Amino acid sequence: MNKNQILKFFGYKLIRFIILMVVVAIFSFVLLDLSPINPVNTYLRGAAVSEAQRAILESYFGMNVPLPTKIFHWLLDLVQGNLGTSLIYRAPVIDVILDKFAASIVLMTISWLLSGILGFALGVVAGKNKGSWIDKAVKVYCYAIQSAPSFWVGMLILMVFAVYLKLFPIGFGVPIGVSSTDATFAEWASRLVLPTLTLSLVGLAPIAMYTRNELIQVLSSDYVLFAKSRGEKGWDLVKNHGIRNILLPAITLQFLSFSELFGGAVLVEQVFSYPGIGQTAVAAGLQSDVPLFLGIVLFSAVFVFVGNLLADLSYYLIDPRIKESEFND
Amino acid sequence: MIKKKADDKKQWFLYPANLRTKTLVIIALSVLVIVSIFVSGYFIRDIPTSFVNANQMPSLEHLFGTDWMGRDMFQRTVAGLGLSLMVGFIASVVSTFISIVLGLFSSFNKFADELVAGIIDLFGSIPHILLIILVSIMFGGGVFGVVMGVGLTHWTPLARVLRSEVKEIKTTEYVHLAENLGKSKVWIATKHILPLVVSQIIVGVILMFPHAIMHEAAITFLGFGLPPHEPAIGVILSESMHYLSSGYWWLAFYPGMSLLIVVLLFDLIGENVEKLLNPETAQE
Repeated sequence: MNKNQILKFFGYKLIRFIILMVVVAIFSFVLLDLSPINPVNTYLRGAAVSEAQRAILESYFGMNVPLPTKIFHWLLDLVQGNLGTSLIYRAPVIDVILDKFAASIVLMTISWLLSGILGFALGVVAGKNKGSWIDKAVKVYCYAIQSAPSFWVGMLILMVFAVYLKLFPIGFGVPIGVSSTDATFAEWASRLVLPTLTLSLVGLAPIAMYTRNELIQVLSSDYVLFAKSRGEKGWDLVKNHGIRNILLPAITLQFLSFSELFGGAVLVEQVFSYPGIGQTAVAAGLQSDVPLFLGIVLFSAVFVFVGNLLADLSYYLIDPRIKESEFND
Repeated sequence: MIKKKADDKKQWFLYPANLRTKTLVIIALSVLVIVSIFVSGYFIRDIPTSFVNANQMPSLEHLFGTDWMGRDMFQRTVAGLGLSLMVGFIASVVSTFISIVLGLFSSFNKFADELVAGIIDLFGSIPHILLIILVSIMFGGGVFGVVMGVGLTHWTPLARVLRSEVKEIKTTEYVHLAENLGKSKVWIATKHILPLVVSQIIVGVILMFPHAIMHEAAITFLGFGLPPHEPAIGVILSESMHYLSSGYWWLAFYPGMSLLIVVLLFDLIGENVEKLLNPETAQE
């Protein structure tokens, strides 16, 4: 891979990214502008004001400005990194999002890694022993978990581990009455275990199923038959001919799952009252905090885009065949 | 590989059956269960409250136990599933309509095709759950908001399938011929392309259903849309969150389990219908 190609690749991705962001920004803005949400009512929260004061607030929130002008201002502010002020936190949206996103990213990274590794391992074990009880168990588990609502899985885990076994606290990022900066690492980590567990258990199903099916396909191919006839067998066979072939698509698939990961985090954070981006998004949606919600939508779009980009990159960086073919060109 | 399987003629349940019969029986049974849930959910309106029987464990009298107002959880669950099925049904109809229109529209010319691809990309670039919240807020929340939110966001997988199918069909001789004969694009789309993708549409719709139901449950669980007194599955589950620490496990376990079973049934129907419609597997 030479420099020119890398530049071309990133240039193309950058242009796509900018176009996508602008379209997402306009799209979500228009949708929320069409909604019957009244920013003045949200701001006042039922406080009594005179007509004159209401008129001042309406002009402050720009309620009578035509839509194209509003979109233009919104994009202009966006370019300058100004996402506005959150109505429920009374703080700049960007600060709120960064603060909450930090909490979520820990949760999502750990469960992403765990679900990837566990899912791949389970898939390999199931695919290698096709038709055995372990394969059937993995299959049943994957089917069931993919049809189960992830928040329900979270509730079951909460019931078993927190309510009956009393192993972990029921929820919240830090103990009640302790500010988030004062919490010890153990307190903080013990509240992370159950949400992470839920997200990993839910997230490993697609990757396990995929790995299993791919491995079975690879193992039924001619070159594996040939390898068997040469005397390779057992784990070595799977390692040399199976895993090498299926690892890359599995990694790509895992990177492409960022969107589901985010969606899962929204629900799981709600169940465990974990103060992350998902809970904030729900609060912003329920309490009509339009600037915050728009900011979160944009951030999640960036998040998903990064996942897709990494999936593309993993092909370029990991796959020896692509490297070689470009070297020969 | 046209080899009959050895166990094909084996006794199956009551009488010998081949794979096709089995598939049909599975489909019929699943449909029957779902229809009966839907119908009985429609007729359960007022569930009697009795505070004497509040928070009872599951028993023969109350299969799923009772909640804090003494209402029978089995009835509430069935009613909630009926509601979810209805939302899922409306949403699937809306989504199918959109994906057919977009899929056929992509056949018009290169620009239309790129436009459809762009819209699919746009909808895929925002996490699904946020997108549903966004759309449901736009429609002002409530039941209508949830239906539209779920309906307007589930068309992407089917539209993607249709688009690639349409691309393939467009390279066939008879489409070229029709173009040369001066037939309009709409005529080609509806007369030559649509009949060929009907089986994909049917399978796509059935597989769309469980997603729609799950997302409906998720979105109502988060508190968007349906009011607390409606017995939707999401509402029941979010209500049971308050009683988790009291140890009333049946309030959460059974409704979620029933939802899981309904979703599994839909997956089962979808897979078996696909088996019948797909010419590669239909003759097995």
